Amino acid sequence: MVTTPNAATPADIPGNSRALVRRWFGGDEIAHLITLIAAAVLLLIAVLLVYQLWVLSAEARTRFGWKFFVTETWDPVSGEFGALPFIYGTLVTSAVALFLAVPLGVGAAIFLAELAPPKLSSSLTFVSDLLAAVPSVIYGLLGVFLLVPVMRTSVQPALKKTLGFLPLFKGPSYGIGFLTAGIVLAIMIVPFVLSVSREVLLAIPRDQREAALALGATKWESTWKVVVPAARIGIFGSVFLALARALGETMAVTMVIGNNPKIAASLFSPGYSIAAVLANEFSEATGNLYLSALIELGLVLFLLTFVLNGLARLLILVTTARGSGVLPT
Amino acid sequence: MSVRMIWRKSLNVAMLSLTGVCVLITVSVLFFILGYLVYNGGKDLSWNFFTRLPAPVGEVGGGMANAILGSLKLLLLAALFGVPVGLLGGVYLAEFGGRTIPFIVRYTADLLNGVPSIVIGIFAYALVVMPMHHFSTLAGGVALGIMVIPTVLRNTESFLTDVPRSLREGAFAMGANKWKMVATVVLPAASRGILTGVLLALARVAGETAPLLFTAFGNRFWSPGWDQPTSSLPVVIYTYATGPYEDWHRQAWAAGLVLLGMVLVTNILVRAFLTRGTAYERS
Repeated sequence: MVTTPNAATPADIPGNSRALVRRWFGGDEIAHLITLIAAAVLLLIAVLLVYQLWVLSAEARTRFGWKFFVTETWDPVSGEFGALPFIYGTLVTSAVALFLAVPLGVGAAIFLAELAPPKLSSSLTFVSDLLAAVPSVIYGLLGVFLLVPVMRTSVQPALKKTLGFLPLFKGPSYGIGFLTAGIVLAIMIVPFVLSVSREVLLAIPRDQREAALALGATKWESTWKVVVPAARIGIFGSVFLALARALGETMAVTMVIGNNPKIAASLFSPGYSIAAVLANEFSEATGNLYLSALIELGLVLFLLTFVLNGLARLLILVTTARGSGVLPT
Repeated sequence: MSVRMIWRKSLNVAMLSLTGVCVLITVSVLFFILGYLVYNGGKDLSWNFFTRLPAPVGEVGGGMANAILGSLKLLLLAALFGVPVGLLGGVYLAEFGGRTIPFIVRYTADLLNGVPSIVIGIFAYALVVMPMHHFSTLAGGVALGIMVIPTVLRNTESFLTDVPRSLREGAFAMGANKWKMVATVVLPAASRGILTGVLLALARVAGETAPLLFTAFGNRFWSPGWDQPTSSLPVVIYTYATGPYEDWHRQAWAAGLVLLGMVLVTNILVRAFLTRGTAYERS
């Protein structure tokens, strides 16, 4: 046991001033206080962040109330602000991103956790971590100059030809739009799905796999029917984490989504997202109402990611703790 | 072999290869991005790029010296604001905390880490730009500093808790009190890990664009001192890539290559540095 030499000093007794001086001179209390202040600064930042978003969006909140979330007009000139097109764009692009990134990320995680030798697995995971470190604006750069032309000239026409009967794939091919933004987002969030899913899969005890194999299951059957179900809560956690990333992602989306506040069923049409409208209009917003409407959008984004992140961490904690037998559940 | 067995075996092979394909796709994206940037940006990198100011709008030529310096200044401020708080907070969590406060701090740090960077930008705008009534390097530094704190804090904590108990007990046995033990034994033992954490956090915010758009804003000239708007590499990439001029696009590629190079090199070096063998065994 570690015992602090001054765990119970006589300084607590009133009047024992020499001991008190010695204790302060020893510095433990001061060190404790200084580090506590640093930790408190973090809490203060979080509280202040919520407070500022809440107070500065007051004008828009009182003016529009809940109507803010269901109206489609965004007209700074006449002072009409409705968030629906942005919320829609944010959700649609994130949904496209998840649809593409989850199978890819989980599949890759299965390979890295179940099949690859440990050395290979950790170096490939490092490459995926590097992918997560690539700045968002770089993805945007490649999106604008590489993906958008490819989408316009080949992917969108091909999709129209094969799946054109769906309302999702109708309309002119601009290149920019929901689908392109979703694809860029998918590439950006795969590393998050991958690394967290891999951790979760690795936390599933070995006996589970061995038991399945001993019963005559193939490697795939043991993975898919035993290991993955055991890890599913944590994998959901990784998906929520990735979703939170996708919702708040700004630059890459701003550069390829088209920046047009319209709601359209087709994934080919240009749209807008919450983060993108903040990036484009915040520094130019004139008038308090305009600014507070934008800050209310920021508040919405904050709350969405806040809830998703909290949920994700809880789920991941539950699986890894149960899997490694650290905590009873 | 029965038909069912053949089916199961081929399903096994098919699905397992499919997972391999998933890895291949993911990993190749990185090399593709890198290759494409080198191909597109490499030819426009010149001495001028690093030493000249941007040319007047519409004219060809010029460089990004002001953006590079601006980015460095912003990073310096971010480190100044973020690292002390993160470091000391991490020490608190690992060494001094009880039960409830560290739990709250830890959870808050994780949630703050997940807040979209553009929302941090709004916060820094409210905190610094609104009282000062104009955009500034300072505001950008605050925004990036806030983003550095949670990462440094959590990382410091995890490296400190990894320091073996025997080292602590040794220090106590020599008569050190707690802060002496932390300052002279535990922190040095974990210093390598803590340093790499700080570098990674800075590399991450070095590429952040969104929180700078309405804090540091942008500037086509040098930004003297700390209270003027400043240019920065990521914001210039964004402006140039979405701008109408061909020459801007070429410069955006070059700047993208420089930025990506900086971020990836830092990440790789840090990784090499960290795994080269540590003072103690890491699990």
